[in-house]
Amino acid sequence: MTEHFDAIVVGAGPAGNSAALVMARAGLSVLQIERGEYPGAKNVQGAILYADAVERVIPDFRDSAPLERHIIEQRMWMLDDHAYVGSHFRSDQFNEERPNRYTIIRAQFDKWFSSKVKEAGALIICETTVTDLLRDTSGKVIGVKVDRDDGEVTADVVVLADGVNALVSSRAGLRPELKPQEVALGVKETIFMPRETIDARFNLKGNEGVVIEAAGTITAGMTGTGFLYTNGDSLSVGIGCLISDFAKSQVRPYFLLERFKQHPAIAPLIAGGESKEYAAHMLPEGGYHAVPQVHGDGWVMAGDAAQFLNAMHREGSNLAMTSGRLAAETIIAAKKAGKPMTAATLKAYRKALEDSFVLRDLKKYRRLPQILETNKHFFTDYPRLITHAAETMLRVDGVPKLDKERAVMASFRSTRKLRGLVVDLVKLGRAWR
Amino acid sequence: MSQGPNMVVCIKQVPDSAQISVHPVTNTIMRQGVPTIINPYDLFALEAALRLRDQLGGKVTVLTMGPPMAVSALRKALGHGADEAILLSDRFFAGADTLATSYALTSAIQKLDSQHPVDLVFTGKQTIDGDTAQVGPGIARRMGLNQLTYVSAIPSIDLEAREICVHRRAEGGVQVLKTKLPCLITMLEASNEMRRGSLPDVLRSERAEIITWNAEAAGVEDLGKCGMKGSPTKVSKVFAPQPRAEKAKMIKADDGSPASLATAAIETMLAEDAGLLKVMAPQSTSA
Ligand SMILES: Cc1cc2nc3c(=O)[nH]c(=O)nc-3n(C[C@H](O)[C@H](O)[C@H](O)COP(=O)(O)OP(=O)(O)OC[C@H]3O[C@@H](n4cnc5c(N)ncnc54)[C@H](O)[C@@H]3O)c2cc1C
Repeated sequence: MTEHFDAIVVGAGPAGNSAALVMARAGLSVLQIERGEYPGAKNVQGAILYADAVERVIPDFRDSAPLERHIIEQRMWMLDDHAYVGSHFRSDQFNEERPNRYTIIRAQFDKWFSSKVKEAGALIICETTVTDLLRDTSGKVIGVKVDRDDGEVTADVVVLADGVNALVSSRAGLRPELKPQEVALGVKETIFMPRETIDARFNLKGNEGVVIEAAGTITAGMTGTGFLYTNGDSLSVGIGCLISDFAKSQVRPYFLLERFKQHPAIAPLIAGGESKEYAAHMLPEGGYHAVPQVHGDGWVMAGDAAQFLNAMHREGSNLAMTSGRLAAETIIAAKKAGKPMTAATLKAYRKALEDSFVLRDLKKYRRLPQILETNKHFFTDYPRLITHAAETMLRVDGVPKLDKERAVMASFRSTRKLRGLVVDLVKLGRAWR
Repeated sequence: MSQGPNMVVCIKQVPDSAQISVHPVTNTIMRQGVPTIINPYDLFALEAALRLRDQLGGKVTVLTMGPPMAVSALRKALGHGADEAILLSDRFFAGADTLATSYALTSAIQKLDSQHPVDLVFTGKQTIDGDTAQVGPGIARRMGLNQLTYVSAIPSIDLEAREICVHRRAEGGVQVLKTKLPCLITMLEASNEMRRGSLPDVLRSERAEIITWNAEAAGVEDLGKCGMKGSPTKVSKVFAPQPRAEKAKMIKADDGSPASLATAAIETMLAEDAGLLKVMAPQSTSA
């Protein structure tokens, strides 16, 4: 006999977990299905956790969640092969009672998150992959099929939170195939070293942490960025570029990471550490224009599956949690009103997303993915020009400053031409709004 | 209840040794966060019991002694299709060696037996964390059961005649053994392949109430035979083996052909260890 639930959630990442938790807490019968050995087993992230999105689902998460450090300093670096220029922002005010950003280890965090979902009353099964959606004769989604015997189970609504690959959604024709220029591949290493070494190297005390975001020639001419985050007694170091660029350049991702680790700006920070974990994962970076249809008869889609990722600000898990929560709230409201889970009812979810930062931020940067993808000189010429300019101005060698300034201007003009410079400026300006 | 055999399968939750790592900073074993699994040998025992149940009906109860977190091993077992699960958990059980463990498990099996006679008790051949292979035989001895160890197959069972026939791996061959029920079987690795539970099995396993017995509920009579107190085994020292300081050696041969490389390799070995020659000499004459 086939079992029936109010809702089935596919996936136990941030999107699926917040959807399942919110619905279970509201008294809905929820079945959550995860293909990994346990929730978090398959998940890779830098990882920065944004407190606000978690708080809206679990207000007292700080009491029990496995958090590494709260972030008090952000470094943004532009690198050429030998140097970096950048900005650092550090504030003692980030040492607040309820810090806004934390570093986390995703495998641990997801496990913890899942324990909360369970407490709320959802039924969670792992090591089970959803292979297909069940539909009635009208095409309405009425359940899922899993890779086990007697593997059919039905529900009023299915929440697709199956991550960037979204094989279920793609196979069911709910989402177009991913395009290589809209997906990045991130590789990451966790490098262990004593807590005190990290504290000393980054000038930290207690649970303070630092984030470094880096762009420039480190990506070997490809569109992408690198990062370094401080955890309790380890550092997360990673780099990611568009899949289409990797395909074209034939550069191996781990080679890129090795090179990044050897950069003179990074090497001393990780020196002496022991690399213990290596992971690779995709990121949906197509932005607003790549967002597919996110609701239909009997289904909604949340998180990476729906391309909710803000590459510019490296935010993903918060968009995932927020979209999961909004999906859940839509479903709960429909259920309360006794409405059927049709596309017309679930349209409220899309509306809620449009009113929230999720779609508003993606919309703001809607032009950015295409501009960065097609203007590689932002990752090659500019870092070189800017570091070179800094070096020229700082070197005291008897050359008058005016001559130095002229030389710098000339280097910009000869590389990008005046017209190019103006066009780049306009492009970036447009990308920002 | 059906007429089939009433079976108890003893399982143990162990750290997944494939995923244990040494903390790079403190050099201690990182137990925390190491995923736990059902002792792999126990899965062969569980599957053997499940197959008998599929064939003849009856019931499969999984039993484990361990801390509260061991429920996850029991749930996994239910997800594979076991009918019922019992956790033996009590601070009196902590620190048990194989003697004390078999005592506690025996108490629980005897209690089950008093509710409904147990026909077969299964365990794995041994555990991957203790490697003693003593708990199964310990239970058999205490309960006065016939014991069939290192069983690779169960070709027949006759519940009317109360007889079972098994294949047992022995040095140089396979023994075909027949004995009376009830008995205890320890299953050999690779004797079968654990099934993937159906969706209803997995749903049931997540919802199931796991029966938890403390020493009293399990009918333990002598607490002095449990846990640390009841464990005569004393571990005097635990140490990590010294890595051997052997170095690889590059051997070159003039023409680089496999034959001359092999000759060069043998010559190098003999030159480094003259004792080898003595060992080889008598064999080569007698051959
Ligand atoms: C290198 C890297 C660094 C990142 N850094 C950050 C960061 O610092 N901050 C941040 O906010 N975001 C970051 N992100 C993005 C963030 O990880 C994602 O946006 C977020 O995990 C999306 O959550 P999700 O729940 O949608 O998907 P996921 O976390 O991918 O979860 C999807 C889940 O569904 C399961 N699943 C998939 N298919 C099936 C199926 N058919 N049946 C059953 N289960 C299935 C998967 O096993 C998985 O557990 C980073 C990503 C990467 C790769």
